[in-house]
Amino acid sequence: MMPAVLIEKLQKRYGSVEAVKDVSLKVEAGEIFGLLGPNGAGKTTTLRCLCTLAAPDAGTIEVSGISVVNNPRQARQRLGYIAQEVALDKVLTGRELLELQAALYHLPNAAAKQRIADTIALLGLEDWADKRTGTYSGGLKKRLDLAAGLLHQPDVLVLDEPTVGLDIESRSTVWNFLRQLREAGTSVLITSHYLEEIDVLADRVAIIDRGTVIASGTPSDLKDQVGGDRITLRIREFSPMDEAEHAKSLLESLPTVQEVIINAAQGNSLNLVVAPNSDALVGVQQALQTAGLPTFGIAQARPSLDDVYLTATGRTLLDADLAAAGNRDLKTEKKQNMR
Amino acid sequence: MSRTITPAKTDLAEPRRLDLPQSNLVADVVQETLALTRRLFIQLQRRPSTLAAGIIQPLMWLVLFGALFQNAPQGLFGDRVSYGQFLGAGVIVFTAFGGALNAGLPIMFDREFGFLNRLLVAPLASRFSIVMASAIFITTLSLIQTAAIVGMSAVLGAGLPSVFGLALVAFIVLLLVLAVTGLSLGLAFALPGHIELIAVIFVTNLPLLFASTALVPLSFMPRWLQVVATLNPLSYAIEPIRYVYLHSDWSFSSTIMQAPWGTVSLGGALLILVGFCVVALSSIQPLLRRRLA
Ligand SMILES: Nc1ncnc2c1ncn2[C@@H]1O[C@H](COP(=O)(O)OP(=O)(O)OP(=O)(O)O)[C@@H](O)[C@H]1O
Ligand SMILES: [Mg+2]
Repeated sequence: MMPAVLIEKLQKRYGSVEAVKDVSLKVEAGEIFGLLGPNGAGKTTTLRCLCTLAAPDAGTIEVSGISVVNNPRQARQRLGYIAQEVALDKVLTGRELLELQAALYHLPNAAAKQRIADTIALLGLEDWADKRTGTYSGGLKKRLDLAAGLLHQPDVLVLDEPTVGLDIESRSTVWNFLRQLREAGTSVLITSHYLEEIDVLADRVAIIDRGTVIASGTPSDLKDQVGGDRITLRIREFSPMDEAEHAKSLLESLPTVQEVIINAAQGNSLNLVVAPNSDALVGVQQALQTAGLPTFGIAQARPSLDDVYLTATGRTLLDADLAAAGNRDLKTEKKQNMR
Repeated sequence: MSRTITPAKTDLAEPRRLDLPQSNLVADVVQETLALTRRLFIQLQRRPSTLAAGIIQPLMWLVLFGALFQNAPQGLFGDRVSYGQFLGAGVIVFTAFGGALNAGLPIMFDREFGFLNRLLVAPLASRFSIVMASAIFITTLSLIQTAAIVGMSAVLGAGLPSVFGLALVAFIVLLLVLAVTGLSLGLAFALPGHIELIAVIFVTNLPLLFASTALVPLSFMPRWLQVVATLNPLSYAIEPIRYVYLHSDWSFSSTIMQAPWGTVSLGGALLILVGFCVVALSSIQPLLRRRLA
């Protein structure tokens, strides 16, 4: 079956900034594909190229086999795009926005009416459809935005960080909704910098960092590849450095322990990589006891996508986000995305 | 989002939309342009203050400027012509010009808010629909304003041209509005933000008014200003309208203006306006093509 989205060796630069250096990914029909990366990784730029808002410098992009560069109009018809920032006309009602949307996608008038009513019902917007969008809450706006993106029944729904700024309930509403879309056969491409979101939602994922895809596969494959289980250990709520160092050398000598990292940002807690499915936890606890060290908290877990990112880049996603946040000028960036 | 959304399976699973119906390009352009125009009119209807201000302002011009020169010696502005009669044409043109100059603002805000992206990811048959919708909207608005000014001038005693005269007035307003709307839309895509656009509107609007024959005849001006005023396209809209107002026996060969370099006939002024319109609209083509490609 033809992939829903095929991106190969995409490159896009803005002046001296290489927003996208090397992105290849394939979204199979009917799956949820997650694009995960820290701030400034190039997620939005990739989606903007896909949705014909930005012209790629190099590489190919196809939607259901249609080149978005050569046949933009056909490609647009098959794509639904939910931008990172919800942009509604606050003077229009939800229904009027959908009517505009229907005309822009050239639905015949009679069909449009029915389709709009269905979509409003689908997203539970009946009580709000005839109120101006200026009166909507954040969650409602997002729902209307989803409705607008789905109105023309695209093959692929593209969502750029759809749950940022939403409360937990709205977030899970969106998640459930995307799962139901998948059940119905729509392909979904979603970006996020929430690990959990991609982990619970995506069938497959590509991790992107500084414009380059650094890993891709199913979340569980990726986690298996980095290997080992993770143990987080806190000797005390806050351990002095020398105590942490001491524990580190002690634990490194254990056969089941592969690696020990001191996390200074977390009160000198210890992050251990241990043999998967082993009884490493017991061994660690015993070793601490013998050495007369207390245990404030200890937990063993399978590696997370953050560990995948950490292994590939040497920093955690959170650190990357924080670092990027310091380097950004939101005002200029907003302008950058203007057409 | 307090409720869970549980779409019926059938809702989602209905057969995928068949391919783009072999739709007709023209029909598509009409459909999308109408929808975009409708949006602008809904906005206007829900924010009627813009329209109200756009009608009240020129009426105030008429009354206030008219009063200002009420006691000017008879014949100063032409044989048996009151200043009120003289002024109508200037206010019509100035109002249409001001409205058209602002045409780019909504597009600029759409750019800034990201609403334009919504339009650009849609499979528009032609992205020029976006520009055309603005032009239709502004033109309609200007014609409504013009009608109000014509009506008010008549009430104030400026008389009323014949039906042909009125048609000519409408045609001139149309040409001017199209040209200036085009330039403004071009600026809306060329400039970085609404602050810059407003600045440009601000420094263009009043100077062009004063450097035209809107408020005083050419003969009142020092020579250098005469030169400027006869280079100003607004004068070529104002003078024909004024002539039609003051002479029921107008024809295309009537002399309407004594420019420093020669006489300008009514037909000549119209040609100049058409030329201005063509130049304005074609000069923004490359820019729009690039921005909307
Ligand atoms: N139009 C533009 N002009 C110049 N630089 C740009 C433009 N768009 C994006 N960039 C830069 O390209 C890089 C990638 O940006 P992009 O918005 O794609 O990242 P992102 O992964 O979506 O980040 P976030 O998670 O913050 O949304 C950033 O360094 C950004 O500043
Ligand atoms: Mg982004």
